[in-house]
Amino acid sequence: MAMQTSHTPAHPHPAGGSAVTPPPVGEGRGGGVAATDAPLLEAQGLTLRYGPITALDDVGIEIFPGEVVAIVGESGSGKSTLLRVLSGLQRPEAGTVTYRAPDGGAADIHRMGEAAMRRLHRTDWGFVHQNPRDGLRMGVSAGGNIGERLMATGARHYGSIRDAATEWLRRVEIDPARIDMLPRQFSGGMQQRLQIARTLVTHPRLVFMDEPTGGLDVSVQARLLDLIRELVADLGLAVLLVTHDIAAARLLAHRLLVMRHGSVVEQGLTDRVLDDPQHEYTQLLVASVLAA
Amino acid sequence: MKTLHEAGPIPTSAPSDAPVIGPPAIHTQGLGKTFTLHLQGSTRIPVLRDVELAVAPGECVALSGPSGAGKSTLMRCLYGNYAAGEGRILLRHRGQEIDLVTADPRLVREIRRETLGYVSQFLRVIPRVPTLDIVAEPLRARGMPAEEARARAAALLARLNLPASLHSLPPATFSGGEQQRVNLARGFAPHYPVLLLDEPTASLDAANRDVVVALIAEAKAKGAAIIGIFHDAEVRDRVADRLFHVSPMQAAA
Ligand SMILES: Nc1ncnc2c1ncn2[C@@H]1O[C@H](COP(=O)(O)OP(=O)(O)OP(=O)(O)O)[C@@H](O)[C@H]1O
Ligand SMILES: Nc1ncnc2c1ncn2[C@@H]1O[C@H](COP(=O)(O)OP(=O)(O)OP(=O)(O)O)[C@@H](O)[C@H]1O
Ligand SMILES: [Mg+2]
Ligand SMILES: [Mg+2]
Repeated sequence: MAMQTSHTPAHPHPAGGSAVTPPPVGEGRGGGVAATDAPLLEAQGLTLRYGPITALDDVGIEIFPGEVVAIVGESGSGKSTLLRVLSGLQRPEAGTVTYRAPDGGAADIHRMGEAAMRRLHRTDWGFVHQNPRDGLRMGVSAGGNIGERLMATGARHYGSIRDAATEWLRRVEIDPARIDMLPRQFSGGMQQRLQIARTLVTHPRLVFMDEPTGGLDVSVQARLLDLIRELVADLGLAVLLVTHDIAAARLLAHRLLVMRHGSVVEQGLTDRVLDDPQHEYTQLLVASVLAA
Repeated sequence: MKTLHEAGPIPTSAPSDAPVIGPPAIHTQGLGKTFTLHLQGSTRIPVLRDVELAVAPGECVALSGPSGAGKSTLMRCLYGNYAAGEGRILLRHRGQEIDLVTADPRLVREIRRETLGYVSQFLRVIPRVPTLDIVAEPLRARGMPAEEARARAAALLARLNLPASLHSLPPATFSGGEQQRVNLARGFAPHYPVLLLDEPTASLDAANRDVVVALIAEAKAKGAAIIGIFHDAEVRDRVADRLFHVSPMQAAA
């Protein structure tokens, strides 16, 4: 007897033999990591309320070395709050965040002192903000923005700092001839690329990104995503990426978390979550984007 | 419970040179899949139930069954792209037997890198990435040096008659058949021990179909277990050792 064909799929799911995403380019480049090692960052039971609003409701997450994890979900679901709490910028009411440094020592992020936290943000971590103004020093030249972060990790030799800045401008596709210009003389897309160069120049292990392509127009977004994809693969970074762009998540992320009302409602391999969403909200999210 | 060697339907075509059936490279136990469409009154679409499929190294099994029976769904479950609702998918990986259904995402990625390949019917283009790098990427992911990976990619693309002038371009503007050949080169380059092929020859001309048939034969000779969906009966008869029938299920009321 024939399968009922009259039903309408929940979403324009790719029927028959359509494309399954190849893993993001650069998947495991450089040998990859064994599936048994410890997470770089691990959080449990994170809860945070703003008055009647539960911004985080018992959230747990882990991210492993070299892993790109995207967090998607509707506006106000708690994505930015989660990123701030994970990166120590904001304290949760309950729950713990543990960072495991490469030497094996585990640190409780919300119990370490200010100085230790600042050191972590300067060396092991990077944060790419949606608004480049939050991540750049607007009164300092492009080269200075990159060099400053290098100096904060101990670089002292002027010539090599300038060489590194030049090299990074080139990598993020900004003409090195503009090294002495101020960020505000750059377009929005260039500012964002400069912020990425400033963040990555110190080769952090873990980078937090909150809507890194948010304020940009679509063609600029595509180029920036492509750049991020390449750099992340080449440097083997672990990235925690907040985005509302499902196609960007598919392109960049190995793993996906879906948030709603402060909770993680579904998580898993990116292509599995997007092609066979289980939770009602994920089905809605996927149905509302065309061919992500 | 059936034993592995009894599992699956009776072979309906078995060329005389069929390989000796050894322990399977991949097998399923009681695999089931039902879609629940939450946005449509939680309609349940049962597609697979009690699937017992076992494929040995060096064997090629063709999935058969009418349109909508669940062939692609089964294949996507075997790749971990669809979540299996019930049962197990057992796969030999790094000398161990692993259940793909319960494996965590990082282990699935590792399995896809080393053990399990999949060629979908259509290529998903990655913006701005040249064809050669798309094909070389799975090799690079296994640690092969860039030059060697590119050389192997170029050779395979050439074998699939994709002109060298196209290798440096992103495949976004390529024809359907050209994109499919890029996809095939990417899937055959790493010699996966288990390879899934969904309509690998659908948009190809006769000459390129012959190349694909040869690539499948070579992969089998190297010990790959291959599961394919081939609507082209001629291709199917040339590559498949037996058929595995996927029967349509009644949709739930
Ligand atoms: N400082 C604050 N004071 C009061 N409420 C806040 C504060 N910060 C966030 N919230 C509330 O917490 C909830 C989660 O906010 P958050 O910024 O994490 O959402 P989001 O998922 O990042 O949304 P978007 O996609 O719009 O950026 C929202 O309802 C927001 O209004
Ligand atoms: N992601 C999905 N969400 C909901 N239903 C799905 C999904 N994927 C497949 N189905 C349903 O599962 C059933 C089997 O589809 P499938 O694509 O596996 O068939 P098939 O045997 O490959 O058919 P064809 O020969 O036409 O390619 C169909 O009813 C289809 O609508
Ligand atoms: Mg199909
Ligand atoms: Mg936000």
